[in-house]
Amino acid sequence: MDEARWIGTTLAAARPQALAALLRYFRDLDLAEEAYQEACLRALRTWPQNGPPRDAAAWLVFVGRNVALDSVRRRAKQTELPPEDLLSDTGDAEAEIAERLDGADYRDDVLRLLFICCHPDLPATQQIALALRIVSGLSVKQIARAFLVGEAAMEQRITRAKARIGRAQANGTGVPFESPGAVERAARLGAVAAMIYLVFNEGYSAAGDTSGAREPLCEEAIRLARLLLRLFPAEPEIMGLAALMLLQHARAGTRFDADGAPVLLDRQDRGLWNRPMIAEGLALLDKAMRHRQPGPYQVQAAIAALHARAPTPEETDWAQIDLLYGTLEIMQPSPVVTLNRAVAVAKLRGPEAALAMVEPLGDKLAGYFHYHGLRGALLMQLGRTREARDGFMTAIGLAGTAAEAAHIRSHLDGLRDAP
Amino acid sequence: MFYALLCYHQEDVVCAWTKEEDEAVMRKLAVVQERLAKEGRLGPVARLLPTTAATTLRKDQDPPLVLDGPFAETKEQLLGFYLLDCADLEEALGIARELGAANPGGSYEIRPVGLFVDGGARP
Repeated sequence: MDEARWIGTTLAAARPQALAALLRYFRDLDLAEEAYQEACLRALRTWPQNGPPRDAAAWLVFVGRNVALDSVRRRAKQTELPPEDLLSDTGDAEAEIAERLDGADYRDDVLRLLFICCHPDLPATQQIALALRIVSGLSVKQIARAFLVGEAAMEQRITRAKARIGRAQANGTGVPFESPGAVERAARLGAVAAMIYLVFNEGYSAAGDTSGAREPLCEEAIRLARLLLRLFPAEPEIMGLAALMLLQHARAGTRFDADGAPVLLDRQDRGLWNRPMIAEGLALLDKAMRHRQPGPYQVQAAIAALHARAPTPEETDWAQIDLLYGTLEIMQPSPVVTLNRAVAVAKLRGPEAALAMVEPLGDKLAGYFHYHGLRGALLMQLGRTREARDGFMTAIGLAGTAAEAAHIRSHLDGLRDAP
Repeated sequence: MFYALLCYHQEDVVCAWTKEEDEAVMRKLAVVQERLAKEGRLGPVARLLPTTAATTLRKDQDPPLVLDGPFAETKEQLLGFYLLDCADLEEALGIARELGAANPGGSYEIRPVGLFVDGGARP
C-alpha cells in the first residue's frame, strides 16, 4: 500500500473519534468539521516527513483544536499564524489527549456524534445521508451515487439536515453535551443501532443495481457497528446487529446473477458465501446469547445464522426459523415479519397453511411487492393459476427494480402453458 | 528454537482495507509463507477475527468472570500469529522483516516458545 493511500486509510479510521472529540470541544458541528478538515490537511503535509503519529485520532484532535482556536483568534486580532511546526508540534500534549480519549468521555463522544444524526425531526433518508457524510466522511458525490440522486440534490439534503440540527442545538432542543445517564445512553444506543441498520438496508435492498454503487453502504454500516461494539462491548443487541449485517452481507456475492436478477436463497451458490464474515457473525451471535437478553436484532441474526449454517437448502431448520419469527412477531409485530414467517410455514406445512397466514395481510401490504410475489407463488403451488397470474401482475406493477420485475415475469412465463 | 510471531496492527485500519487491498496483502504474505513451508520452518499460522468477537475470562477471581471484548484495550490489537522454527533471533527477525515488507504498518512481537503441544486438531 503506498503512503498516500495509507494516510488516507488512517485518517478515515480516526475520523469518528477525532470529529466526536472536536464536537464536544467546540459544541458546533460546522466548526468541528472545519477543524477536522484543517487537521487532515496538516496531516497530509507533515506525516510523510515526520512519520505517522502513534495515536492518529489524538493528533487530529490536538492539531484541529489548535488550528481552529488560532483562526478564531486571528479573525479577532488579524495577527499572523504561528509557523507550521509550532502548530503541528504536539509533543506531550498528544499523549495527554490520548489518555483522555481512552476514557469514558470518548465513547460517549462518538455515541453523541452518531446520535445527533438520528434527530427525530429528520426523515430516515436525511439521517442516513447525514451519518454517511459526517461520521463516515463519504463525499457528497459518493452518497449521491449510493442514493441514485444527483449531487446537487444530495448536497441540498445534507445542508438542510445540518441546518435543522444546528437550529435544534442552538435553541436547546438538541442533544446535550453532558455525559448521558444510563437510561439516556441506552436510548441513544437504540436509536443509533436503528440508524446503522437503515444505512445497511439502503445498501442491501438495492444491491441488484449492477453498478454496485450501494454496496459500500453495507460495508460502512458494518464498520459503524464494529466501532460501536468496541466502545460498548457488552451490549447484546449491538452484537446482534453486527451479526445480522455480517451474516446477510456474507451472501452479497451470490444474491444477484450476472444480469442483476435476484437469486433466491435456495438457489444461491453457498460455496461462494463469505466464510470469514459468517464466522464473525456466528461468533458475535454466540456471545450475545450468553447475556440472555434477547432482542429483535439477535432474533433476526439467529434466523440468518440458521440459513448460514445449512450446508444445503434442504437442510435448513425451518421449524426453528418458524419459532424465531414467532418470537419476532411478539417483540416487533409487523405484517412484514408475518409474511416472512409464512415462507417458513410453507416449507414446513405446505402452501395452504402459508396462504392462510398471508391472506389476512392483504389490507396492510396491498402496496408491497413481496406480498404479491409470495402470494402468487403460493397460489401457483396450489394450482390456482388464474389467481396466481393476477397476483404476479400486481407484483410486477410494484417492482422496485427491473430485475425484480423480470424475476416475477419468469414465474408468469412458467404459468403460460398451464390451464 | 521455536518462535511465536505475534502480529499487532490497528484493527480499524486493517478493517478499512478494501477487499482488493486485503487480498493483495494476503497474496504477498502467501508467497513468503509458501517458501517458509518448503524450507520446513513454518508452523501453524492464524489470522484472528476482529477483537469485537473476543471474550475474556478473568480467572483471578472465584468464580472467574466472563467479559466481552479483548483482554487489553490497546492502540494496536493482536490480529494473528505465526509459529516459526528458526536457528536464532536473527533468523526470526529476518523472517519478520520479510513478512513486514508484505504487510506494512503495525508491529510483530517475537517471543521464543517455551512449550509447544501439537494437539492435532485442525479448523
